Amino acid sequence: MYPADLKYTKDHEWVRIAGAEAQVGITDYAQKQLGDVVYLELPEIGRQIKKGEVFGTIESVKAVSELYAPVSGEVTQVNASLTQKPEAVNKDPHGSWMIAVKVSDPGEASDLFDAAKYTELTK
Amino acid sequence: MSLPAPTSLRKTPLNARHRALGARMVEFGGWDMPVEYSGIVDEHMAVRTRAGLFDVSHMGEIELAGRDALKAVQHITSNDAAKLAVGQIQYSALTTPQGTFVDDVLVYKLADEHFMLVVNASNIIKDFNWITGHIPQEADAVAVNTSSRYALLALQGPASRDVLQALTGADLSSVKYYWFTTGEVANVACTISRTGYTGEDGFEVFVPPASAERVWNAILTAGQSAGVVPAGLGARDTLRLEAAMRLYGNDMDETTTVVEADLGWIVGWKKPEFLGLNVLQSQKAEGPRRKLVGFEMLDRAIARHGYDAYVAGAQAGTVTSGTQTPFLKKAIGMAYLPTEHAGPGTEFEVDIRGRRAKATVVPMPFYKRQK
Repeated sequence: MYPADLKYTKDHEWVRIAGAEAQVGITDYAQKQLGDVVYLELPEIGRQIKKGEVFGTIESVKAVSELYAPVSGEVTQVNASLTQKPEAVNKDPHGSWMIAVKVSDPGEASDLFDAAKYTELTK
Repeated sequence: MSLPAPTSLRKTPLNARHRALGARMVEFGGWDMPVEYSGIVDEHMAVRTRAGLFDVSHMGEIELAGRDALKAVQHITSNDAAKLAVGQIQYSALTTPQGTFVDDVLVYKLADEHFMLVVNASNIIKDFNWITGHIPQEADAVAVNTSSRYALLALQGPASRDVLQALTGADLSSVKYYWFTTGEVANVACTISRTGYTGEDGFEVFVPPASAERVWNAILTAGQSAGVVPAGLGARDTLRLEAAMRLYGNDMDETTTVVEADLGWIVGWKKPEFLGLNVLQSQKAEGPRRKLVGFEMLDRAIARHGYDAYVAGAQAGTVTSGTQTPFLKKAIGMAYLPTEHAGPGTEFEVDIRGRRAKATVVPMPFYKRQK
């Protein structure tokens, strides 16, 4: 159920790395824990984010959670249509990318989980 | 993403049912409770348009009986229980001598010398100790914590009456809002009260715990064609907030008075005495320094419990409840503001995790059902 082309963090973000660019979102496990997502706050394009740093906020009806960067780099794109329709995160979490990052240190991705390991983690 | 950690908790008689129905469970007031089944928005809309069934067995019951039971209830609660007929219910406050809330309660008049208070889950022991310590010593009245004798199911929404009527011989159309009756539901002897915490028509059914599962299943089965769904505490919270019903521990507590919470209508102003009456009378006469108001966000942001409110750049109050509501589709909430800035239309700001967002005071309730 967790796509094999994604890498995962212990904080339940996913990252899709294609060359020097990486898209970032939250996992199906995360959206289930949050419940109905109603609000998404994302960084400005051009912002430098560090791995493990808070890059945004996601709010469900019930709760506020912070989003942690799975990799370091410059934010090159922000998914504005997702901030307009944040409920899409519940319907298609692995297709709902939030930001794209120009990865500054590709080596950082080596300690992220693969789909099998992440599935274990969320059991 | 940050997630909360689990703890060990009390369970209602329906705990296994919730898990079987796939509910997401959370801690609430020391209990392991379902927060949602299909989703808060889904369940919220079901209650506004059809009906939802809630397990609220965590709520407590404290009964007062004896020749002076009315006298005792009158002394410890703010509303005028002398106005109650047998079979009638009133919203009230269990008050401190400072006019603040020990708890907010529903007072049921079971018989002339027998009352039942329905209290908040997290306050059961505190309330019971408070009540036994404040029954006048000369009074012929005893308080008993009967919480373990009842499971409590709330069926809420426009379809409630028809669904429940199919399961009981009691004539529900003759039970008015804030009245109760006794009767069998699915062949189980129950107390059926026309009350709720959602702003919709609905019933709360007091069931012997051993029969809770039977009644729960019967209601869901009978309600299937009407679209009745199980609903959790998440929807209960968004529904009560749209209806501007206060939540103890969020909107009022032992530091806020009944007048400040803008609940003057639950004070029996003509009663000769109760704990805190003097304080409330002078607050009413002089006007309270601060007041609980309803607000709507003007900027795109959700204000939540505990966030600071700013008037003209200075910290002036606190948000007590707030969410994005599923039916009205707005970010709304309640906050304590200085009385001079509490009028509808007054703009203020809320500190949203370091960023200021605009809000405006609006009249409550936010939602009122069509009758």
